[in-house]
Amino acid sequence: MYLTNIESVPGMKITNQYGVVSGSTVRAKNAIKDIGAGLKNMVGGELKSYTELLEEARKEAIQRMQAQAQRLGANAVINVRFATSAITAGAAEVYAYGTAVKVEPVQVPETV
Amino acid sequence: MDLLTIIIILLVTYYTGSIIEKKHFKKIKKREIALYNRPYVNFQIKKWSSSRKVASAELVTGEVVISGDYFKTFIAGLKNLFGGRLTSFESIMDRARREAILRMREKALNANMIINVKLETMMINDINSGKQGSLPGVAVIAYGTAITYAKK
Repeated sequence: MYLTNIESVPGMKITNQYGVVSGSTVRAKNAIKDIGAGLKNMVGGELKSYTELLEEARKEAIQRMQAQAQRLGANAVINVRFATSAITAGAAEVYAYGTAVKVEPVQVPETV
Repeated sequence: MDLLTIIIILLVTYYTGSIIEKKHFKKIKKREIALYNRPYVNFQIKKWSSSRKVASAELVTGEVVISGDYFKTFIAGLKNLFGGRLTSFESIMDRARREAILRMREKALNANMIINVKLETMMINDINSGKQGSLPGVAVIAYGTAITYAKK
């Protein structure tokens, strides 16, 4: 599955489009990790456990989006965007969306 | 809370916060210099007047969550009364964005360039939420398309 956030897949031509596909996930952090993060929150610096959470959430959102595209019969998602929102303190949503398309390699690969 | 404890916490967090920030900026600078000749741009390329063929294009992301400290939040709270620049938070946003972009670029070390770089920012526990004991932090996702040219 090709994933890009530009309007094409370089070297490929779009033969069919299936509309917008999206995937979203809402994650809450775990209470034990939160204690450490609370302490780090006082002194400043990177909140590693939150970063991991964000990474997982991003992966999950992309996975769901890809699954939806696959069900439609697409083999690429182009123009992927992310949107995030903090729902409550300690929970965050990551939303990924893009256009599902079918692409085929062109005989003469075009330059980007 | 007792006034003395607040003053002690302020002093300690001022100290730790500035040390962590200085270290972080130093690291960021070093990594940015190391990646100096790897271009990343925030536009799409429709027609590139180049003879090089593209072998692969894939989505790369970098994410980070940076927290403010107690001292910065306290200062920002004071400044909120009078208005003006909140320099203590400006440096946090700067650190978070640069770190996220760096992580994205470091994931695409074998690519030739990253195009269409976008940033997505989310405040966690923002200062106006009014909840006691919640200190603001910022989460940033940087993403773009890594382009690798075909070998000639």
